[in-house]
Amino acid sequence: MMDTEKFNWCLRAGDNTLVLSQRLSEWCGKGPALEEDMALTNIALDLLGQSTLWLSYAAKIEGLDRDEAGLAFLRDTHEFHNVLLVEQPNGDYGYTLVRQLYFDVWHTLWLKSLLNSSDTHIAQIAEKSLKEVSYHLRRSSDLVIRLGDGSDESHTRMQRSVDDLWMYSGECFIDDALDKVIADRQVAPLPSSLKEEWFATIQGIFSKATLTMPSKDAWMQQGGKQGRHTEHLGYLLAEMQFLQRAYPSASW
Amino acid sequence: MVMFTSEQLWECLSTVCDPEIPAVSVVDLGIVRSLTWQDDETCEVIITPTYSGCPATQVITESIEQALQSLGVEKISIQTQLSPAWTTDWMSAAGREKLKAFGIAPPAHCVSSELSSIDISGLNNRTLPDIECPQCGSSHTRLLSQFGSTACKALYRCNDCLEPFDYFKPH
Repeated sequence: MMDTEKFNWCLRAGDNTLVLSQRLSEWCGKGPALEEDMALTNIALDLLGQSTLWLSYAAKIEGLDRDEAGLAFLRDTHEFHNVLLVEQPNGDYGYTLVRQLYFDVWHTLWLKSLLNSSDTHIAQIAEKSLKEVSYHLRRSSDLVIRLGDGSDESHTRMQRSVDDLWMYSGECFIDDALDKVIADRQVAPLPSSLKEEWFATIQGIFSKATLTMPSKDAWMQQGGKQGRHTEHLGYLLAEMQFLQRAYPSASW
Repeated sequence: MVMFTSEQLWECLSTVCDPEIPAVSVVDLGIVRSLTWQDDETCEVIITPTYSGCPATQVITESIEQALQSLGVEKISIQTQLSPAWTTDWMSAAGREKLKAFGIAPPAHCVSSELSSIDISGLNNRTLPDIECPQCGSSHTRLLSQFGSTACKALYRCNDCLEPFDYFKPH
């Protein structure tokens, strides 16, 4: 019998990386500098590779005739389980960088905690991904510090991005029924257990960046993990899934 | 059924080039982890991906299969292994020399590659090793971009000969 809990949990992991990868790819050819263009597309590629690992594992658990591509291209909005943060539009470059920093800090902490998963394959995916993600975090923290502690214009824009995106930062740490079951099985830790270290890391980076961290107790948006998304996801999927929708089963 | 020695098989795969950096082979890069005979007739090749999104992975798998087939191996099974995760420390000494001759600075050795020691804030331990310019040999170089033409490389410039060059990142 299929392990529905683990399947759904793997979809969350695969969808976070897939949706953020797609968002970052939107910068391809439009980055503010050639180096930034290459960096974002390379990070997008790492995330796409990681998503392939998660969704292939989900497909294997499901045991039906759809593979990772079927899961990526033939599910509709409400069947996606990524957090709301990753589907937010790119905005200006500051917005993209702050979104990336919030995600990278969480992603690093989360992958580290998965190294001890009771599921060996999950621990292996985490080990592989962590090496890539720690490089992402190094870069996003560097740039947030440089732009936060930069000119008046860059500082103002960074602080605005920090404030605007804050309400999407908390969903990663909210435990729902599935998270509790998965934690009981020691597949992954409770999301809430990563919260304090996330705050401490963000605070450390913001201090150097001369940015002000919003309140820890602020009200947080949620729903993505359960399939309730902001209006932005549908447009993203419409573009990402166009080919398979228009030409079903098209392949190379 | 022709049997091949382990040396013959490794020799064969050392002719399979990386599609993006044709100067080095998949053996030089440490992508091929083991070559064994299963049931005395199937040649099992264990490979490990470099970066999880590396677009060359599929081509590499196909090239390995073709190379073994042209050697005369009839049954081939290629398995992908994620753990232990690939590291540039597995790159051979010969591979490093070939990279350098090709104009790519070879990777420094990973500083205590234990995962537990990764500085998660990303704020400390920032001293970068001196990277030698593959053109003129000077260590007076600087980082231009953390990402280069592929996921595995960063872009540097030599302050002495002023040439920009690719640096294979320690991973």
